[in-house]
Amino acid sequence: MAALTQAAVGAEAPAARPRRRGGLVPFLLLAPALLWLVVFFVVPTISLASQSLQTGDIDNGYTLTWHFATYADAMSRYWPQFLRSIIYAASATLGTLLLGYPLAWFIAHRAGRWKNLLLVLVVAPFFTNFLIRTLAWQIILTDNGPVTGFFRATGLTNVLQAIGLTDNNSLLGSQFAVTCGLIYNFLPFMVLPLYTILERLDTRLLDAAGDLYADGWNTFWKVIWPLSLPGVVSGTLLTFIPAAGDYINSKLLGNTQTVMIGQVIDAQFLRVLDYPIAAALSFILMAAIIILVAGYVRAAGTEELV
Amino acid sequence: MSDRSQFFTSMTSGAISRRSALAGLAGLAAAGALTACGSPGRNPSGSASASSSPVAAPDKSDTDMLVNWSNWPEYIDVDDNGNHPSIQAFTKKTGIKVNYNEDYNDNDEFFAKVRPLLEAGQDTGRDTWVSTDWMVARLIRLGYVQKLDYANIPNSSNLEPSLKDASFDPGRPYSLPWQIGFVGIAYNPKATGGRKVTSVDQLLHDPTLKGRVTMLTEMRDTVGLVLIEQGVDLGQVTADQFTAALKVVQDAKDAGQLKGFTGNEYTKPLASGDTAACVAWTGDVVQLRADNPSLGYSLGEKGIPMFSDNFVIPNLAQHKKNAEKLIDYYYDPAVMAEVTDYVNYIPPVAGAKEILLKKDPGVANNELIFPSQEVLAKAQTFRGLTAEEETSFNRQFQAVVTG
Repeated sequence: MAALTQAAVGAEAPAARPRRRGGLVPFLLLAPALLWLVVFFVVPTISLASQSLQTGDIDNGYTLTWHFATYADAMSRYWPQFLRSIIYAASATLGTLLLGYPLAWFIAHRAGRWKNLLLVLVVAPFFTNFLIRTLAWQIILTDNGPVTGFFRATGLTNVLQAIGLTDNNSLLGSQFAVTCGLIYNFLPFMVLPLYTILERLDTRLLDAAGDLYADGWNTFWKVIWPLSLPGVVSGTLLTFIPAAGDYINSKLLGNTQTVMIGQVIDAQFLRVLDYPIAAALSFILMAAIIILVAGYVRAAGTEELV
Repeated sequence: MSDRSQFFTSMTSGAISRRSALAGLAGLAAAGALTACGSPGRNPSGSASASSSPVAAPDKSDTDMLVNWSNWPEYIDVDDNGNHPSIQAFTKKTGIKVNYNEDYNDNDEFFAKVRPLLEAGQDTGRDTWVSTDWMVARLIRLGYVQKLDYANIPNSSNLEPSLKDASFDPGRPYSLPWQIGFVGIAYNPKATGGRKVTSVDQLLHDPTLKGRVTMLTEMRDTVGLVLIEQGVDLGQVTADQFTAALKVVQDAKDAGQLKGFTGNEYTKPLASGDTAACVAWTGDVVQLRADNPSLGYSLGEKGIPMFSDNFVIPNLAQHKKNAEKLIDYYYDPAVMAEVTDYVNYIPPVAGAKEILLKKDPGVANNELIFPSQEVLAKAQTFRGLTAEEETSFNRQFQAVVTG
């Protein structure tokens, strides 16, 4: 991100100002962000890399021994949790997109004078603590609650159970609950970027599409969707990346079979005090996300994110 | 292991929510956390930390009438205005102001927070805090805590005799207990169909409980319960016995019997019936029963895992003497009775029961707060582990919890 900003500022500045002054000002403006990046990203990343290659324990201290085997060990022990995290995050991203897209469209073009109120309502849950919001889902999906009652009465629990999303005829403590929690918690990150893009969309294009005999589906698929891609890409990234590392939802709404990689890192770092493997796991997660995101952005073919 | 039922309170406090939020962004945040809490690239000169001895700071107690105390949330008396009457009375009596912080949410988290400071030989800003027994063992092992000056704690003679020789701190040079608790099985009869859950075997194998059982993320409590069921004395646990007991938990998990491993957060699902039966701490159950009198609780027939949370004084505490005066104050049976009346854990101070018999007989006669000699005789504490054992046990246990 900072690299992009730097390029953009650097490209504009010389044209607008005399070269002598322009050389320094952009860098001064950039200094706080760069400093931030160095102190809170570059330095920790390097020490994390170093930590992941150390051996030792808390009693005797850690030494850098270039112990690459930790990575192999981490992967062989925890690949199921990695895979699970990616799958949950991807399902949650898809879920937020399916829910968020119509919502964003509605707010942007159909809400009229309710627009601002609706936007506030989308963000409103974020005034509460993340944990409290997740705990609320425990109450919603509780065994004796109306939601579970409805699912049981309509036989939906059997459907969910048949496709392996829930167990024991209840909703809580299942993959279903974890994914619901993730979708709920990250929905605004999808809605807001989509809204900004859709709101700017020129509705005359829709009239034009109609004039050219495009039906509803074709108007959406050939006009609206391509124009909204930047919003879709940034929304999915803002959802997928934090969701892949989240562990609160799987901890509070899942069961013993829904452990995500964030929980493993938490346990290794805080409980076992095996800092090298915790560092290696964090690094692998980071690498996996970067690779997936790079591939995705390339495939989506959008240069301008946001 | 404070009032573990006050999940909301502890969860809404800044420390944990911020940490959780950070950890949510695992990649980047873990990087920051590791740097902050680990000792990357820095080798503390061989076994320096293991062999280093406790470090005292020049004591400011006489000039600076203050003591900084970190404790678990909701683990002390509170009045309707949110004040702590026993602390107010202490300040009135001694003139020492208490900076009371409920920032001890979890042993491991708290350790991660103070370790870098203690490791670097810096003041933690705290004069005393309350750690669980096994954490006390680790703090002593690492040389992070100082010996108590018993000349300042005359009331320590009121310590229950059975608690004097703790395996993790023989003779108690470093620690004095704040509260004691038992580990047992709690169940909600509405969710079990009126059935009682009386043994670990039933908890882990009864098909009617399938998928509705939780166990604790506290390794010693969860595995300790199984070990006792297998006839092992917790004071003498061997590595093989530990692994064998853990296998029982693993099998129950693989069979889908367990819904999860929890910290304080087990209480709400238990009360609502989402959890049918679980491993639980006594103090919580006493409090839960106030609202749900039907909740059942079973203590082991063969033995009962017991934990204690203990005062310790860290290295470089600036007000050591004031901290000792504070400990002394709470070892007055009348003061401890006041705390017990509120927190409902087992007090370590002899004489508290006699006072409560007059003040609040309901509490004084509660078997979970003042257990009979017969029950007390069954209490067992997990033995102190060496560094290697602790790492190995934790690793095996977490492989089950997060597997």
